[in-house]
Formats: sequence, C-alpha cells, structure tokens
Amino acid sequence: MGILVNKDTKVIVQGITGKQATFHTKRMLEYHTNIVGGTSPGKAGQTVEGVPVFNTVKDAVDATGANASVIYVPAKFAADAILEAIDAELDVVVCITEHIPVLDMVKVRRYLKGKKTVLIGPNCPGILTTDECKLGIIPANIHRKGHVGVISRSGTLTYEATFQLTNAGIGQTTAIGIGGDPVKGTDFIDALKYFKDDPDTKAVLMIGEIGGSAEEDAAKWIHENMPDKPVTAFIAGRQAPPGKRMGHAGAIISGGKGTAADKIKALNAVGIQVADTVAHIGATVVDTLKKAGIYDECHTC
Amino acid sequence: MNIHEYQSKGVLKSYGVNVPEGFPAFSVDEAVENAKKLGSTNDENSKVVVVKAQIHAGGRGKAGGVKIAKNLDEVKKYATELLGKILVTKQTGPAGKKVQRLLIEQGSNIDKEYYLSFVIDRQTAQVVMMGSEAGGMEIEEVAAKTPEKIVKEYIDPLIGLAPFQASRMAYAMHFPKPCIRKVTKLMGCLYNAFIGKDCSLAEINPLVTTKEEDVVALDAKLNFDDSALFRHPDIEELRDESEEDPKELRAGRAGLNYVNLGGDVACMVNGAGLAMATVDIIKYYGGEPANFLDVGGDSTPEKIAEAFQIMLDGGQAKGIFVNIFGGINRCDLVAQGIVDAAKIISKDGKSLPVPVVVRLEGTNVEQGREILKNTPIQNVIMAPTMEGGAEKIVQLVKEAEKQG
Repeated sequence: MGILVNKDTKVIVQGITGKQATFHTKRMLEYHTNIVGGTSPGKAGQTVEGVPVFNTVKDAVDATGANASVIYVPAKFAADAILEAIDAELDVVVCITEHIPVLDMVKVRRYLKGKKTVLIGPNCPGILTTDECKLGIIPANIHRKGHVGVISRSGTLTYEATFQLTNAGIGQTTAIGIGGDPVKGTDFIDALKYFKDDPDTKAVLMIGEIGGSAEEDAAKWIHENMPDKPVTAFIAGRQAPPGKRMGHAGAIISGGKGTAADKIKALNAVGIQVADTVAHIGATVVDTLKKAGIYDECHTC
Repeated sequence: MNIHEYQSKGVLKSYGVNVPEGFPAFSVDEAVENAKKLGSTNDENSKVVVVKAQIHAGGRGKAGGVKIAKNLDEVKKYATELLGKILVTKQTGPAGKKVQRLLIEQGSNIDKEYYLSFVIDRQTAQVVMMGSEAGGMEIEEVAAKTPEKIVKEYIDPLIGLAPFQASRMAYAMHFPKPCIRKVTKLMGCLYNAFIGKDCSLAEINPLVTTKEEDVVALDAKLNFDDSALFRHPDIEELRDESEEDPKELRAGRAGLNYVNLGGDVACMVNGAGLAMATVDIIKYYGGEPANFLDVGGDSTPEKIAEAFQIMLDGGQAKGIFVNIFGGINRCDLVAQGIVDAAKIISKDGKSLPVPVVVRLEGTNVEQGREILKNTPIQNVIMAPTMEGGAEKIVQLVKEAEKQG
C-alpha cells in the first residue's frame, strides 16, 4: 500500500534528456518504477535508458496511458511543465525543480483548482513507496518496508530521518518530500489525509522547518482528525535569525512569524513529541510508538 | 533581494504610483544641489525638504535617520551628520549599518498616515493586499495589538486586483471622500508593480493623505523574488553590494548557500534542512554557530575549498563541523573534496588551521572514512555519529578559546 504512488503507477519523466533526469531515470528504473515514457520537445523518437521520448506530455499519455509524471525541467520552464501535466489530467505530478518564481507557482495553484491532479513540490526530493516505486531523487537503499509514513519539507533531512528509522528497525510505507518553497502543491495536511486513509500506515513522522504556519495548522488538524495514528515531529531552524532565508525559499522568519519555537509549542500542545535534535529523530519515533503500544507492530526491519 | 527606498520609489513611479519628488545623494554637496532643485534656499521662501538615510533596514525614523530641513543650511548640516554615520535601528541589529546614500525629498503636508502592502499568502497561494488606517506603525505591532484594524483582500491571479476590491479596501481604511479615487488608482499601480517586477513584498508605510487632498507614498519598500531575477536585469542592477555581508556576498558568487550567524563554530552541510538542523545541534551542545552553509550535492574540491576559506576568513571559525549525509552524492567524493580542499588552502597540504570534525553517513560511507583516515592532513577528526561530532567540535573550540 502506501500513498499516492505504487507499483501500478505509470510514470513519465518530463525533461528526460537532461543530465540529472537521465541519471535519476536510471535510479528510478533500478527501483522497478514503472517508467513508460519521457518528454523533451523536439526529441520524439529517441530513447533514454530504454524509455521512449515524446515531444509533449499529451503524446506520451496517449501512447503509454501514463497517470503520473516527475519533472526535472529547468526553473524558467518548470511552471509551464507543471501546467502541461495538469492539462493532461495526470493523477500525480512531482516537481523536483528548485528556484521556480513564486508568482509562477501562484498561477499554477490557481490552475490546479477543480482539477484532479495532485501536485508534489516543487523544490522537493519526490515520493517513494517502499519496494514499489519512487518518483524523484530519494536514495532508495535506506528505505525498508514498514508502517510509518514520512512527510518532510527538506530533502536531506528526509534521508537522515529515514536512515535513523531504518537503523532503529522501523520500516516505512511512503516517504513524501513536500518541498521547501513557500507556494507549493501538497502541504502537510494534504499528505496527512492520505496517510490517515492508508491502512498500512500506523504512525507518521513529520519534519518541518521555519517559515509559514503549515506545521501549526497540521498540529490542529491532527488533533481534530487523526487521534488513532500517533505523530512524531522534528522542526529545523531553532537558531535561525529573523529575516534570513535559510537555503530554502520558504525557510524564513518574517514579521516575527514562523519561528521554530512557535511550531514546537503548537505541536507539543496537542501531545505530539518533537525530537530535541536532528540526531534524536529515530529515537523519538521509537519512544512515541512504544507509548502508543504499537512499537512491536512497527518494528519491521 | 532588497533595494533602497529611493530605488523603490523610482520603480513605483514608473508604474504611476504617486511619490514625492526626490533625488539620491552620495555626498554633502550633492545633497545641497538636490535640495536646491526642490526649492530649498536660505531665505524665508525656502521649501521644506526631507533628508533620509538610505540603508536596507526599517525603523530609520526612530533611529534619527530621517530629518526635516527647513532651509539649505539645515540640509547641509543633516547631510554631514548622516553620511558615514552608523545607524542602529530595530532591524539592523546592534552592529548597525553605515549610511552611504541619502534621499533628498520634497516635504509633504501630512494630514493622516495609512499602511498599504502586497505580499504572497502561502496558505491560499494568492497575492494579498493588506491595508490599515494605523499607518506609520510597524504592521506586526498593529497585528498584535489591534488586528481588527488590518483589512485584507485576496487577489485571484487570473483576474488581478479587481476595482471593487480596491474601493472596498479604500472605504474600509476610511479614506476621506475626495481621496478615494486617488487611492484606488494607487492600489492598482502598486499591484501592477508587484506583479510586473516579481516582488515578494511591496509595502507603503506610511501612505499619506495631504492637506491638499492628495494621496502620496511617503515611504516605499520593495523586496524581490530571487528566483525571478533572471527576467528582471533592471532590478538586478539596483543591487547595493555594500549593504550585504561580505562573506555572504562571496559565498553567493561561489554558488554556496551561506548565512553568517556570527559565532565561532562553523559547519558545512549538504542540504538546507540538514544544515539548519546542524546549526541547531551545535547550539544544543553549547557552541555558538558561526554560519549556515549548504554546499549542495555536487560539490567540487574547489567549491569545498572556497567554503572553507569563507568560514576561516577573518579568523571567525575556530572549528569546523562537516556533516554530510550521502544520498545521491557519494561520501567518498565528499571526503576526497575535503582532502583536496586542504591542499588548496594549506601551504604544505598537510594541515588545516582549525580542527575539522567530519561526520559522514550514507552512500559509500566506508570508502569516504577510509580516505579521511589515511590522509596526511592534521586536524581532521572522524566522528562516528552526528551527536558525537557536534559534541566534539564544540569541545575542541572551547579548548582553543581557553588557550587563547
């Protein structure tokens, strides 16, 4: 099981002829992801890693029946690539690209209204359902099958946390990187809803950071809607000074809002444990699972 | 990216926003010349002009950075006083900022002050216009004390700012009747500037009505989306590098994501999230973080060497914690990068000036550790865990501090 993507997901890679895209297409195929095609305007008829290339997303979908895409298109053209994927009525679109202008994403979000597509990202590592498929750049070798869902605003922190979980014997259903941009597709609450409805997922790890109020909103949502699945959290950026962008476009404390302290307070207030340092994420999840009485069930690897 | 007030006003003027007439000045003579153009003299007919310090920080008025000059002598006096002065405002931090530019501007007959801004709302993914009749105050203060005084209009990107929204805002802000049309026009122009130049913030505080029933943007602050600068070379040209931290500037040129945090325990990390978390863990173990630094996934030895040099520059870093989680990128390449970087920055290729604690995990970690274990470079210490590494570097820096 897991959420949003599985072994039956038919994937196309947008911008497949680029260096990064080609590299990661190979990695995704190695994980047995069902990649059925790629796009690159003007390069129809070529193949990349044995995958047929099409000029447009519509052509690729018509020929292959793809229902998902992963985008590695440069920032200048990435918003247009997302629009093209939404227009082709794909179920899931993952955008890896960093540095897309925010106002482009404002338009994309408007275009998404009323459409069936679930957008993940941009500026994200993608999504991986253990032993089934991965869309994006998440290193697959650290994942083990299990019952914990992972949601994260950061790439390397997702890997770090998953690695700690696996080392502690706690396997994962799906890991989803929602991205570090201020305006994005899927946010914490959206991802939590999918995990709530996934019978395989027994608990969730949520990795947030400074900026915005998505973690506070998620805390409230969890309290009201998901009493049966324990959540553990980590928040990066306790020491971040106000007004400074900490790498991610969305990681900024502005107008005194979006501090780590506020987020930790909101999470603790609804009984969610927050790891005190990045090194203790795995141990904190273990502790939460034990308290909830589901540690043995979740100890899968 | 930030620009100065006078530059913001220039951009806004080109979009039809009503701003006071004014000119930038880089010297006292220039300030006096500009004041003359605005009708400032040394007789009783002199027009009032305003001498405003131009730094990339708010709160200038309260810090004494804005002066009203009734005549030319006063312009000269204030310009002399302000140019070169270190201005410490609520937003500059205790170190303050040196004033190197002034704006000489015509005075306004203020009747009442208001607040108007456009920002991007993350939750709704829309541009939001915010207005308040409590102008001149910091909007955060208004939001905390009297949130009912802030009015918002969410803008559909496909429609743009609709005229009804502008007039609804103008009435809600209680503008006097003769000013309504003028202010709705200004809102439209400001919105066009926000969209046209890919702003992340466009703020007029205060927006004023004058005794002559005019509506004027008395101050202006524009911030721009760094990711969109590629389509605005005219804005990129307005960058004032002297306003930026020299280390951050140098890091930016090298393609490094670096923020100076002022302490002495430096760190070099791959990935923004892990970099933030590493800063936090240094502090957790009692160290003072020197910086945030994300080197990214595909670092060359040259890039790592440059990162080391930036951290060490001016003697800031007393120790460096390298925290790498090899995902797609490989630990052995990072380790080799550190070894090669040491060769670039040390004279004999065998020593680094401060202790470097390295924590490697993930893809090809064994090969990476092997490379660092066999290196002739002194001062490189392998840490078995992240926790252990953070504790170790803090301890080593404290020892170095004791030794003086």
